[in-house]
Amino acid sequence: MNPFPASEYIIPLIFLLFAGATIGGALFAVFTKWIIRSVCGLATASVGLAGMFYFLHSPFLAMIQILIYIGAVCITIVFAIMLAEPDEPQDGYGLHSVPWNVGAGIVAVAVFWGVARLGVTGDWPTPAVRVSDGSVEMIGVALLTTQSLALEIVALILLVSILGALAVARKGRHIE
Amino acid sequence: MNLLEIHQEPAVYLVLAAMLLAIGLFGFIRRNTLVGMLISGELIFGAAMLNLMAVNRFYAPDPTVGHVFVLFVMGLSAAEVAIALSIVIAVYRNYRSIRTSEISEMEG
Repeated sequence: MNPFPASEYIIPLIFLLFAGATIGGALFAVFTKWIIRSVCGLATASVGLAGMFYFLHSPFLAMIQILIYIGAVCITIVFAIMLAEPDEPQDGYGLHSVPWNVGAGIVAVAVFWGVARLGVTGDWPTPAVRVSDGSVEMIGVALLTTQSLALEIVALILLVSILGALAVARKGRHIE
Repeated sequence: MNLLEIHQEPAVYLVLAAMLLAIGLFGFIRRNTLVGMLISGELIFGAAMLNLMAVNRFYAPDPTVGHVFVLFVMGLSAAEVAIALSIVIAVYRNYRSIRTSEISEMEG
């Protein structure tokens, strides 16, 4: 007799938990009226995405996802909300009219149906042989050898974006 | 589809990514403040990353390429957030609002 009944359900349950966090957080981020709650929904969705990455054999990206999305992106958005949002949203603030929402829903359902159908029915080829196992060591080696251009370009993009953000946000400070 | 092996099914991840993309698009059309649209854009970025990682895990001969690609996308989205939020701050200083309907005119 199995001393741990239902233990084989643990992994699917954790997977469903993370999948639910991804979709639920995203839905919450989209449907809530308060923009600060929307950020919380984005953070929840990011936790769920990190779990998805873990299930896709990539704990490194799961860590990076939490570091960047929750640690940097969400916090930055919260700062922007503190600086540029009204305290109390009135009714209908930040949202379009009802027909516009219906149109958005139709577009979203159409896109979901098309992309999901492509993903499910697509004829995806299974590779004959795996060149590497995708471990952190292999990622590090690849980043410094074959993929070093990508690393350099990301570094340049981040540098330029920081300088650009400083230049854009600084201008106009003393005008008032 | 066996429910116990649900985390080994590529279709599950692809449908999840499609759902995330659709939700992000819905929010992008629905919101009319700049920050709300930016959050929806981040959801779309997340959908792209999940899709890339799923294809990378199940169908790619060399999984490291997908990792590097997703890292690249994360760097891009972080840069995008920094730029977009600084623009939001600058717009708010000039217009005292970040609603898209009120900032539709430009001044040279």
